[in-house]
This record gives sequence, C-alpha cells and structure tokens, in this order.
Amino acid sequence: MITYLEAIREAQHKALADDPRVYLYGQDIGNFGGAFKATKGLAKDFPGRVLDAPLSEDAIIGSAIGAAIDGMRPIVEMQFADFSTCGLNQIINHAATLYWRTNIPCPIVVRLPSGGTAGAGPFHSQSMEALYAHYPGLIVMTPATVEDAYSMLLEAVAIDDPVIFCEHKYLYYHLKAPALPTEALPTGKARVARQGRDMTIVAYSAMVHEALACADELASEGWQIEVIDLRSVKPLDTDTVLASVARTGRLLVVGEAFPWGGVTAEVIARVAQEGFSLLDAPPVRINAKDTPVPYHPNLWGTHRPTARTIAAEARKLLHL
Amino acid sequence: MSSPAAAPTSRTDHIQARYIEAYRWMLLARITEEKIATLYRGGKIVGGVFIGKGQEALSAATGMALRPGDVFAPLIRDQAGRFAFGESLLDVFRTYLGSRLGPMRGRDGNVHRGRPREGYLAMVSHLGAMVPAVAGVLLARRLRGESGTIGATCLGDGATSTGAFHEGLNLAAVEKLPLILVVANNQYAYSTPTSRQFVCADLVDRAAGYGVEGRSVDATDLAACLATLQEAADRARAGHGPQLIIASLLRLAGHGEHDDAGYVDPVLKKAARDCLTVAEQHIIGEQWATAADLKTWRMEVTRKIEDAIATTLREPPPDPGDEQWTAVSTPRLRDGFFEA
Ligand SMILES: Cc1ncc(C[n+]2csc(CCOP(=O)(O)OP(=O)(O)O)c2C)c(N)n1
Ligand SMILES: [Mg+2]
Repeated sequence: MITYLEAIREAQHKALADDPRVYLYGQDIGNFGGAFKATKGLAKDFPGRVLDAPLSEDAIIGSAIGAAIDGMRPIVEMQFADFSTCGLNQIINHAATLYWRTNIPCPIVVRLPSGGTAGAGPFHSQSMEALYAHYPGLIVMTPATVEDAYSMLLEAVAIDDPVIFCEHKYLYYHLKAPALPTEALPTGKARVARQGRDMTIVAYSAMVHEALACADELASEGWQIEVIDLRSVKPLDTDTVLASVARTGRLLVVGEAFPWGGVTAEVIARVAQEGFSLLDAPPVRINAKDTPVPYHPNLWGTHRPTARTIAAEARKLLHL
Repeated sequence: MSSPAAAPTSRTDHIQARYIEAYRWMLLARITEEKIATLYRGGKIVGGVFIGKGQEALSAATGMALRPGDVFAPLIRDQAGRFAFGESLLDVFRTYLGSRLGPMRGRDGNVHRGRPREGYLAMVSHLGAMVPAVAGVLLARRLRGESGTIGATCLGDGATSTGAFHEGLNLAAVEKLPLILVVANNQYAYSTPTSRQFVCADLVDRAAGYGVEGRSVDATDLAACLATLQEAADRARAGHGPQLIIASLLRLAGHGEHDDAGYVDPVLKKAARDCLTVAEQHIIGEQWATAADLKTWRMEVTRKIEDAIATTLREPPPDPGDEQWTAVSTPRLRDGFFEA
C-alpha cells in the first residue's frame, strides 16, 4: 500500500529522474527529508538537486521564479501552507503576473502542506486555496486521493504556469492506495467520486472524504448522494458540476477554508448563474467557521465541516 | 552612602542573589518542560511540544533584564524568560492542556500564548513577525511621550534569515527604539545547520550593518548572560537604540518532542554544555548553596508544578457550544454567517 504522502514523494522522485530542469528547494528537505518526510531519500538519490533553504520564504519563492525564467522547473516546499504568506508577494505579484506581462511563463510548483489536524492551531492548519485561486495566473490543485496526489503533482511540474499544490496533511498518512496510477484525468476535470441521483455534494481535498462518509450515512437512510471531487479549484470544472446538478436538482458544496467568498461560493455562483433552472432547492454551502483555526480538538472539531455536520445540512436540503 | 569597603560585598551579594534567582527560573522551566514532554507522550497534550532545554540561562537572563512595564515577546524556547517576566505556572499548563480558563481559552496552544495587556506579547508562529511588533509597542510609547521602558524579543539563528527580522531591526534602528533582540544561535533551525543559514563569520557582525550595538555571549554561562543582558537593557534604557545579542549554545533537545535530532553533529554534541548543570556547579563551587539545597529546591519546584498540573487537569475544556464563534471585537460588525 502507498500513502498520499509517499505518492507525493514518488512523484517528486519521478520528476527529478525524468527532467534535469527539476530541482527541489525548501526548509529541511535535504538529508532530513522534510518536516513531513515528503522528500525522504531524494537528496541522496539526486545529489545537488534537493537543496536546504534558509528560513526565507520570500527568497525561496523569488529565487524559484528566477530559476524558472532561466529554464528550470523548481518545486518549492513550504514547511506549512501557512508560511507561504511570508512569500505571498513573490507568488501573487511576480509568479502570477509574469506570463501576462512578458509572455514568458513561470513553471514553478509551490507545495503547500495544508489543512487542519487536531492540535495544530491557527498557524499550522490553514487552507489557502481560495486566496491563491483569487489571483489571475495561478493554477490551484487540491488532490483528494493518493492517485491524484501523484499524477497531479507530476502534471504540475509539466505545466508551464505557476502551480499552487495544496496537499492535505490529514490525508498524508490516513489515505492509502494499492498502487500508483498509470493514467490520470487531466487537471481541470472534476471526478464523480460517487454516483447518486438525490443530491450533489461538491467537495475537494480532505472534504471529499467527509462528503463520502456523509453519503454512506445517508445511503443507510435510503438517499443516493452524488459526490463530485473538484480535484483542482482553479481551473474549476463547472461543466461536471452542472451535469451532476442536472441529474440531482440539489447542490451542497463543502470546503474546509474560511467561509467568506472562496471555492464554495464560487461553485454556487456559477451554478446559480449558468444552471439556475436545474435547481429544485436553494444551494447550500458549508465551510469552516469565520474564526482562525482553533487549537483545542473540541473547538477544531466544530470549526471544520465533518461528515456529521454535512449530513445534518444534507438532510434539511433533501427534505426541501 | 555605603563605605568603600562595603561596596564590593553588596555587589557580590547582588550578583549572587541574581544568579540564584535566575537559576531557580531555569530549574522551574526545565522541570516544567520535562512535565510537558511527559504529558505530550502520554497523549494529554495534542499538537506540537517544543522545549528550551539548554537555553534556560539566556532566556532567564532576558526575562530578568526586563522590569514591570517593559514589553516582552518570547519565542518557542523561552519558558525560563516567561517565568522571570511574571508568567504563572497555571497560564502555562492551561494553554498546553487547552483549559478554557487559560489566557488563550483553548483557541491557541503551547508556546503561542501571552497577555498582551501586561506587555507579554503572544507570538505567532511565523518567525520574525514579533520583531516589528515589539518595535511598534516601543514606538507607541515614544509617540505618547512615555519613556523609561524597553522591549525584548527572542529568535533563533534560523529566524535571522527572515525578511521580518531584517525589516524589524532596521526599522527599530532608524527609530532608535529601545529594543533588545536576543538571538539564540543554537546551531540548528530544525534540521538545518547554520552553514545553510548564513555565511557571515559571526552573526554579531551584522550589528554594524544595521548600525546598532551588538554583543556576543556564551549562552551556557549564566553569569555572562545576566551581565550581558543587563548591560544591553541599561544601554537601551539610556537611549542608545537597539541592542543585538548573539548567544551561542547547542539545542539540547529535538526541534520538537517528535524529533530525535539524529542530524546533530556528534562533535557539537560532545562539546555541548548544559547551562543548568554549569549553573549548579557554579553555585556549589561558590558555596552559595549545597547539593542538598539544590535537591530541596528541585523538590519544591516539582511539587508546585505538579499542583498546577493537577489543578489544570480538573478544569473544563472549551465547549464549542458556548464558544463565541467570531474573531471580530466590534459586535455590530460581526458578519452573520449562516450557521450550520
Ligand atoms: C516564517 C516561518 N517559516 C517556517 C517556520 C517553521 N519553523 C518553525 S521553527 C523552525 C526552525 C527555527 O529555527 P531557529 O530560528 O534557529 O529557532 P530554534 O528552533 O533553533 O530555536 C521552522 C523552520 C516558521 N515557524 N516560520
Ligand atoms: Mg536555531
């Protein structure tokens, strides 16, 4: 069995092996193998291409942009997604604008260990996909499966645009698959993770698994829930969502990020605008609460959406 | 007026009293953190645990150089300094164990705690971020015409590579603020050795570049830490602007309790000194206390810590049902998000 984390490691291994332009840069990623061990063994297998960075996110990302301009394909690891804010300027003002301004693409990948785990608190738990998706020029991937963690990271390296790769820390060890995939859906295509005809739940990253658990629970009550895994939030596959809503007439969208704006709002806005007549009931969105991510597991467990809270909202929606 | 003959004695007494006081903060911190590590291994503390083993002398000296009314922004390895600055044992355990009665109410945990109203800032994780924040407190005081207080913040060798460190120190220098910046060069930032962090021969050389006063100190030598921090505090208070202190030591624990620190150079390990042991030898050597006294102090301290833990463990955790789910202080400006 291979974990989500090992898939990320294996993808980087393959990227380094296949393409001499690829190098890895980040704090503690060399011999130590990274805070989460996503680069374990890579420094040894690829001498001189897996570099320990100083504690300087702004410079790490800025230098990756420079290297990309000069023909390289850097993969940058942020120790936690939260610390990418220290490199925000380079990401949103430099990497994101480069192609549009100069016609020169910026093929960097910024890996963000994202999302909440119990006890991690406000600075080691954030989901930042909406922030980055807001900026024109960035691709934002949010893999929910071991297979996607592998194939999407490889695709991220191949893509000429800057990719924000949101990998979920909760899935690192929890999620296992029998083998690495040999083929994959292209980025930009959502996946029907479970078929159903009574309601559509759209989710991404770790929330796909909460949505699937919710669908299991509701199945025992006789409901057939369709679950869509967005896979990437930018681009956002509106067509797959609309097709599902056309079948079910009901839409619930779940995200782990803060509630203001964001991916869930974007999905609903698009469905409302392009598929209003497909809806049999008002669409519903579920997000984390509008506070920083709390430390105590009691608070954290309530702050984020879970299968139970999703199911409660889903039942209301099903009875409308 | 004291007679010239009496002066050295009182000065020696003063040095002895300060040393003993500092040692007791160090001991309290060391045992507190040992207990925290035990609670973590027993699953009572969730999330990360980062201890300051080996850094207690520097930290205690920093806390003690400050007075009530000063401002302090300690970092991850500053339990001793937090105590010396006035933090209670209950605040520590209530934060680690997530008691709703603690200063952070279970919202934030472990080292991310403080009482900003009392000049004790609550660090964010993002390293370097507290430097300009302390500078801001000091600037505010100057704008209001208040003088006499100073501020201190602590960082590691790794954090000196952040933009916030550079910007914060430069800003403090431009404004000539009474800021003490204590850098604990403990040879590693997580697994990263200083050779991958900076290439200047000595971090203290940077003081000249910023136009501030710089001092080096051996962080395993408590007497030297006390003297250096006091000198820096006096200079800052006297209006000589920011003080950069570079203290050297070896981190004597993993980066966090999850980390076995297998990457630490064995040569450094072999040469390392533990400031607490060094202080104990000094106290006994100077005959300021006996080995039996030290044992008694240790027992006293342990009992106090165990009481605080027992109290905290009986306290209620935060209740999501009573929690005010808002981060906005102005009630009329709270966004009425549809509640699930
Ligand atoms: C801006 C930022 N990037 C990354 C981290 C993750 N991180 C936490 S502690 C640490 C190492 C800190 O090393 P140093 O500053 O030397 O302090 P020490 O742990 O040695 O006391 C890192 C990389 C962080 N907290 N903030
Ligand atoms: Mg260090």
